[in-house]
Amino acid sequence: MIAVRLQSLNDFDEWRGKARQLLAAGLSPENVAWRIPGEANGLFEGGDAMLPEAAGPIGSVPRQFIELAQTAINHADPARFDLLYRVLWRLQEVPQLLLNAADKDNSTLTLMASAVRRDSHKMKAFVRFKAITDDTGFERFAAWFEPEHYSLELTAPFFARRFDGMVWAIVTPYRSVYWDTQTLVFAEGGRRTDVPEVDAVEEDWRTYFSSIFNPARLKISAMKSEMPVKYWRNLPEAELIAPLVRGARQAEQQMIERAASQPPSRHVKQTEKYAQAAEAQSEITSLADARAAVQGCRRCPLYEHATQAVFGEGPEHAQVMFVGEQPGDQEDLAGQPFIGPAGKVLDAAVEKVGIDRSRVYVTNAVKHFKFEPRGKRRIHNKPDAGEIQACKFWLNLEIGFVKPKVIVALGATAAHSLLGRTATISKLRGAPITMEDGTVLFVTNHPSYLLRIPDPERKALEREKFEQDLVLVRDAIAALEACH
Amino acid sequence: MPPLTLRRKLAILSDAAKYDASCASSGTEKRNSAGKGGIGSTEGSGICHSYAPDGRCISLLKILLTNFCVYDCIYCVNRSSSNVQRARFSVEEVVGLTLDFYKRNYIEGLFLSSGIIRSPDYTMEELVRVARSLREDHQFAGYIHLKVIPNAAPELLAEAGRWADRLSTNIEMPTDIALETLAPEKRPSEIRTAMARVRGKLDEAAPEAKTKTRTAKPKWAPAGQSTQMIIGADGANDGAILNRAAGLYSGYKLRRVYYSAFSPIPDASSRLPLRPPPLMREHRLYQADWLIRFYGFDVPEIVAGGEDGLLDLAIDPKLAWALKHRERFPVDVNRADRDMLLRVPGLGTRSVDRIIATRRHHSLRLDDVARIAGSIDKVRPFIEALDWTPGGLTDHQRLRAKLTPAPEQLALF
Repeated sequence: MIAVRLQSLNDFDEWRGKARQLLAAGLSPENVAWRIPGEANGLFEGGDAMLPEAAGPIGSVPRQFIELAQTAINHADPARFDLLYRVLWRLQEVPQLLLNAADKDNSTLTLMASAVRRDSHKMKAFVRFKAITDDTGFERFAAWFEPEHYSLELTAPFFARRFDGMVWAIVTPYRSVYWDTQTLVFAEGGRRTDVPEVDAVEEDWRTYFSSIFNPARLKISAMKSEMPVKYWRNLPEAELIAPLVRGARQAEQQMIERAASQPPSRHVKQTEKYAQAAEAQSEITSLADARAAVQGCRRCPLYEHATQAVFGEGPEHAQVMFVGEQPGDQEDLAGQPFIGPAGKVLDAAVEKVGIDRSRVYVTNAVKHFKFEPRGKRRIHNKPDAGEIQACKFWLNLEIGFVKPKVIVALGATAAHSLLGRTATISKLRGAPITMEDGTVLFVTNHPSYLLRIPDPERKALEREKFEQDLVLVRDAIAALEACH
Repeated sequence: MPPLTLRRKLAILSDAAKYDASCASSGTEKRNSAGKGGIGSTEGSGICHSYAPDGRCISLLKILLTNFCVYDCIYCVNRSSSNVQRARFSVEEVVGLTLDFYKRNYIEGLFLSSGIIRSPDYTMEELVRVARSLREDHQFAGYIHLKVIPNAAPELLAEAGRWADRLSTNIEMPTDIALETLAPEKRPSEIRTAMARVRGKLDEAAPEAKTKTRTAKPKWAPAGQSTQMIIGADGANDGAILNRAAGLYSGYKLRRVYYSAFSPIPDASSRLPLRPPPLMREHRLYQADWLIRFYGFDVPEIVAGGEDGLLDLAIDPKLAWALKHRERFPVDVNRADRDMLLRVPGLGTRSVDRIIATRRHHSLRLDDVARIAGSIDKVRPFIEALDWTPGGLTDHQRLRAKLTPAPEQLALF
């Protein structure tokens, strides 16, 4: 048995140097005892002098072990050095050891490392700085903290990154650290009395702590599991917990009993103003009225999940109106029709056949986006007959105010809406349909249909047919203009 | 009347903010003040600096700029018809408090909301001024969460995202009808439009994945956007709530939907349920939300785990689902794919990953699974391992009763 004396409680490099020597000398874990400062050697153990001088080559260890060991060495359990050496020893035989989450040594080591990380995290959370202000008004800060493990060295850089422009110190029982805005300096541990007892802002903090607490939601065990009682004695707000908990039932009862009183006069004035404003927007007498009113539409359930109603866009007295199916994802977000991929296809085709896009009014048969949520995406869903019928109200208003001469139904939904019955595109396309009011209706595919065709040859063919339909539209517009 | 002291305002305006469930300070970019002389850092995961006796973490200074409000939302303590005491912070006061608290390591940053005064633009401008001052005048690198005021000008929103880590717009109610009934001046489509605008700006700022030459775009609300829904003030069931959440997640790329159990408020309207908040229901909704986002469940599946559109309050939604789908169990931990392992009650994403990593080296025994999962009771009836098969346990009539936790005595204090 050999006893190895360590100078430091948690210096990984020191431990590593000594462990390498032991490993090179082939000393198995059963023959090694690790001693920390202040600890005596056992009766039959040799001293440091017995540490072998061997410096031969030793096997490599996975990087994962180094990371794990650097953390776990800060654990307060005296057995940590022994465990680390045993795992190091076993890694020579079983390099995959750390991948086996079911191995006992591995899981103990992992648990130790996570206990240290948790302790470090709690230090980040529960250190409370107290300000010391000198005659010039310059503030320095100091905190007393009692970590469960040796986690100050691990955690100090965090405070340096966070409080760069501040002069501060953290004192713990085993070590202290100082930051002067330039460097971290470690020194001996200290006592609670080394830092000021109170801070001028503490009372504000306690005010906040007690005001942000909702007495109707008491959950003491949740609080204690995240903020263990052992930390409480250094938290200025913790002394409030017991009285807040004791008074919670009564505070909740008071909230309930303080039922509505007479509203203040300020409120009465505001309510009147609101009522007047609501009255002002009454019936729909223009396209602008309709555009405003459609946002409050409740004619079918689609309003509930769509962002907003997407109304038509274009010149108020356009000669031609394109009617699509419904807004897509992008249209729904932006509140404008035909700005997504299908809109681009339409624009390109319109321009190609020579229709003046700036004189076209574009809208949809259904004004709200119908979709199925799937993870982070919304999948387009076809509107049903009821929804088409409900939304016809708005399309009729648009047609009534814009008074187009030519209407182009893009796809089956639009055709259904305009004709009032289910429609087959292939049967209706290619020839104008004269409506009751004398408007000329053309029916063609929805541009998004073109986007969905996978086969390039068929795609080109369908695009051509689409453009042919638009040529008919262009000629019809030209004929109308010639009449006037 | 003498002017209110800063401390009194703090008491009023943090009391008014305590009904907002969000307190997270996580998920933002990594940055710090090292070498810059300022203060503040964010390292991805947030830190909870304290816990209130309501079990909720305190990580941010969560306050209102003012609790004056022109709106009269029935569920809100700050509605215009309420007689609570009113107060208003100046921009400088909020900035000063944030810095004072931050320097003492009490908080991770600021979560600033406000009642609506004068106009949406005016109110939003005030919120933006606080954030701008913290960043520009004080080189503050800590976390900032700003509430979006629906209907405020898009330019103000754009600026808010330049300074803030996170933006949020509360949807408030699970259904539009409930919102319009309880918050007559609020327009659901305006709230969603605000979310859509934030999403649009987030998309613009997102790095383009495919281009090799990554031009550094200016950061914009790196912690994304979130929202809050109040649970139990209206009659909506859990199915409606989760459907609403799914729609919001998919439409606006929200990081989080917060479910806030409606709790009694002082000076409350008689139209509200004046009883303790349904905390267990809130908890189950968070669990269900988690299953949807990280475990591949969809809303109908989860809702079907309970009865009549309500989640089972006695057991967690994953266990509830498993008990109704026993035909899919037991799952062989040595062979099953990841998706199916994720459906085993008691196995979380990390346990599943570790099981998959370990089984590449050797077949797992029940003990191995226990060590990885931390606890085996809930897992045992649903898995097979090298030395274990549940036999009739999976289909046992009393399995549900066995796995239902005994009612707990509340901790006495």
